[in-house]
Amino acid sequence: MPSTPTTPSPDTPPPPQEGAGRVSGLIVNPWNLLLLLPMLMLVVPWFNHTDPALGGLPFFYWYQFAFVIVGVGCVWIVYAATKKQRVDTTTPDRLSVDDLDEGGRA
Amino acid sequence: MTGSQVTQLTIFIVLFLVVTVLGFLAARWNRGSGLHQLEEWGLGGRRFGSWVTWFLVGGDLYTAYTFVAVPALVFGAGALGFYALPYTVVLYPIVFLPVVRLWSVSRTHGYVTPADFVQGRYGSSLLAFLIAITGIVATMPYIALQLAGIEAVLRTIGLNTTGVLGHLPLIIAFVILAVYTYSSGLRAPALIAFVKDILIYIVILVAVIYLPTHFGGWAHIFNQAQTALQKTNPATGKAFGSITLTNTNQLQYATLALGSALALFLYPHSVTGVLASRSRTVIKRNMVALPAYSLLLGLLALLGYVALAAGIKPVSKGDTNTIIPELFNHTFPAWFAGIAFAAIGIGALVPAAIMSIAAANLWTRNIYKTYLRRNATVEQEGRQAKLASLVVKLGAVLFAIAINPQFSIDLQLIGGVLILQTLPAVAIALYTRWLQAKALIAGWVVGMGWGVYLLYTIPAATGKGHFGGSALALGKLSIFGWHPFGASTVQIYVGIVALVANLVVAVVVTVIARAMGAKGGVDETVGTDYNTDAPQEAEPPLAATAV
Repeated sequence: MPSTPTTPSPDTPPPPQEGAGRVSGLIVNPWNLLLLLPMLMLVVPWFNHTDPALGGLPFFYWYQFAFVIVGVGCVWIVYAATKKQRVDTTTPDRLSVDDLDEGGRA
Repeated sequence: MTGSQVTQLTIFIVLFLVVTVLGFLAARWNRGSGLHQLEEWGLGGRRFGSWVTWFLVGGDLYTAYTFVAVPALVFGAGALGFYALPYTVVLYPIVFLPVVRLWSVSRTHGYVTPADFVQGRYGSSLLAFLIAITGIVATMPYIALQLAGIEAVLRTIGLNTTGVLGHLPLIIAFVILAVYTYSSGLRAPALIAFVKDILIYIVILVAVIYLPTHFGGWAHIFNQAQTALQKTNPATGKAFGSITLTNTNQLQYATLALGSALALFLYPHSVTGVLASRSRTVIKRNMVALPAYSLLLGLLALLGYVALAAGIKPVSKGDTNTIIPELFNHTFPAWFAGIAFAAIGIGALVPAAIMSIAAANLWTRNIYKTYLRRNATVEQEGRQAKLASLVVKLGAVLFAIAINPQFSIDLQLIGGVLILQTLPAVAIALYTRWLQAKALIAGWVVGMGWGVYLLYTIPAATGKGHFGGSALALGKLSIFGWHPFGASTVQIYVGIVALVANLVVAVVVTVIARAMGAKGGVDETVGTDYNTDAPQEAEPPLAATAV
């Protein structure tokens, strides 16, 4: 699967380490609110009936199958819309440099 | 055994041998600095890309048991069994944000288990211990259920699965699984998941395209199913079920779907699958792509109605887990039924391997290293986890042999309620540390105690016994003798009730503790830890990740 680099280049100067972001560390993005939309699937009275049927499937069933698409759509939009979000790739972690570079190794 | 059963068994064994070879080869696949380290063995070196993660997590979440039990539930009770679809639809939007935060903080600090994170976040060994124990206890019956899935298939093939000798095929399968998991770690189920999923997709697509036309179309199938479900169940004196929900089980349907979705990524094996991926982007892509399995699960659930319309009977009375194997047995040629059975059987091995690895990680990191051997080296840690994975699998096999399958289903039900009680300490802690460790412990105790008690009070369908299900009538809800919902017969999922109690206690105790000036423990994480990503994002093509 091809991918676009979504992170700032490693040349970006590292942010201050000590206590950086202790304040919040939360990334607030209005697009994330879209993740609430699929929760409407839990409103059972809206679809708990058999008519209208579609291809022989009662409403109860095809409505919920259709909601799979709503769920995927919402998550995909949020994923695509927040792709460019700034993330920190400079914080040191416990994995050694060798390990990190092995991703593409056959 | 009949001739067609011999064909089925032969295909089953051949495909099983194929995945066994794959399981051993997996040790050499995309290998890092050596399998003796826990991160290499238990998390595949945190190097899995989008495709591998999709197959691994898919194989992890959509287990053989799901594929057998969900249609069985639809077969037995109708619309209620379809809760699996809303469950897996609301799941991904709910976990999309928290799971990447957990990945980031775990990568930064080298956490391998959810309890590692809790330890780092709160500095409380007791809280971390409780989270670890909850994870292990909730996972054990889950593994045993995978065995129930394999045995349902074996019974359909005609192998008698009673007594020690009858369980022999299962024991052999598990010994082989234990050996290659021991040597290859998480890479084994990751590689086998490819085979499992390809088989499952072929089988389900053929079944869903062929069977409805074979049995007169969906309209006819639903008609027949409704007629069958409306018959009176002699045990309860009421109808078996209906193709839509009744007034009393709508709330149960919604809360069961929501509760199951909240619980799934608290299970240690789900966390293992997530932490093994290479970057935040890999996880996010998977949250978009994993619902492909949900479609599959929904279609599979409908096969429960096909079985009703076709007049399929379980192998023995009440053994509804054999419904789907029996349906395949009756409608497909023997060789194709054999492939379907192998798909279910292999489908049980993948999650069983991941679950035993996850339980072994918890044991090693949060019990062995915290309490038994504080200064264990990385090599000792790795060896301990490998041994623990053997013990876990042995335990699950003994469990499956010694205990009535119905009891393991009950335990799995309890497991779901238990694991949900770790939500405040694991999931909420990803966002705020406002709740204090002592309050979380108090909430855990109340949520656990009340949840298990409520499950105990639920009688079986016959009106007698205990642990008869997870649906509680609101009228039965009593808070120190006070019935907030009167005599209502509307049902609700117990897990949600216990979680609410847990949260209320955690909040109240925190407010009191803060008013008394109590300070929380030491937090070793900082805000930016939760947003850290891997420096390298380029995804190698699929071919490059293969053996």
